[in-house]
Amino acid sequence: MYKIAVIGDYDSIYGFATLGLSICPVKTREEARDKLHQLAGGKYGIIYITEAVAAELKEEIAEYQEQTFPAILQIPGVSGNTGAGVEGVKKTVEQAVGSDILFAEDN
Amino acid sequence: MASTQVNPTRMELTRMKKKRITAIRGHKLLKDKRDELMRQYLDLVRENMEVRKRVEAGILSANKNFVIAKAGMSEAALNTALMAPKQEINLVAGEKNVMSVNIPTFEYKTRTADENDIYSYGFAFTSSDLDGAVKSLADILPDMIRLAECEKACQLMAAEIEKTRRRVNALEHVIIPEAEANIKYITMKLDENERSTQIRLMKVKDMMLEEAHKYSEK
Repeated sequence: MYKIAVIGDYDSIYGFATLGLSICPVKTREEARDKLHQLAGGKYGIIYITEAVAAELKEEIAEYQEQTFPAILQIPGVSGNTGAGVEGVKKTVEQAVGSDILFAEDN
Repeated sequence: MASTQVNPTRMELTRMKKKRITAIRGHKLLKDKRDELMRQYLDLVRENMEVRKRVEAGILSANKNFVIAKAGMSEAALNTALMAPKQEINLVAGEKNVMSVNIPTFEYKTRTADENDIYSYGFAFTSSDLDGAVKSLADILPDMIRLAECEKACQLMAAEIEKTRRRVNALEHVIIPEAEANIKYITMKLDENERSTQIRLMKVKDMMLEEAHKYSEK
């Protein structure tokens, strides 16, 4: 039985607690990194991570990309949408097809 | 392209021919795999994009609602209200095999069936905006779970497609031409050897005849 976690600054994620998701408010990069490894090693199947924090943890997130679990997803934080999530989807298209043929016209 | 030295022997020739046949078969199979993966991937990635846009819009509006709710009550009261969540989510995760890529499937169960259990507070001391904010977040949860499924599957499949494509290209442009060049080289060499043996035998025969009978065929 897996659980769902949300990592980010407190203001962006406190609402998720009401839904029954585990929230992990972090302030520094180191804190976020340790938390991510701890959650990924534990019984968390999905980890949502705010775009602002994810931008600082690119390498750590890439480590888990090849594994089936956990699924690590970027979500926009309270400070606004940086477009990093959509960018990630486009990147997979580029990886698979060679160039972004699907969403190139969206820009 | 016989850059590497091969022994021009019959055994090597047989080996090369076998290698070529295996390579061609492997190439065909991998190409089929790549095409099918690509077909499924394109469907999935379109859905992924759609769900992601929906989720991002949902989170954005939920965040707005939370900010408004926060403005309407004191920070301490808000923290108290959200301190002890009533609801809990258990995720049942499975794996699905799509063209030898293991993609995750998620199903979730809430601890209690009552959907009103997302409100972990009494309604007396909280602003009504908070209820709306919590509700708006709860509404996008199914989409968020679906997004996790889709996006992870897309990442895994993209990696697999890239790997398969490289293999197909390596077989098509390196392994198969190399095997063919080697086969050609060995066949030529063997033919050449055979001709040279033939000529040598004829020559020897001539010499022997001349020695025995002082007789020349010429």
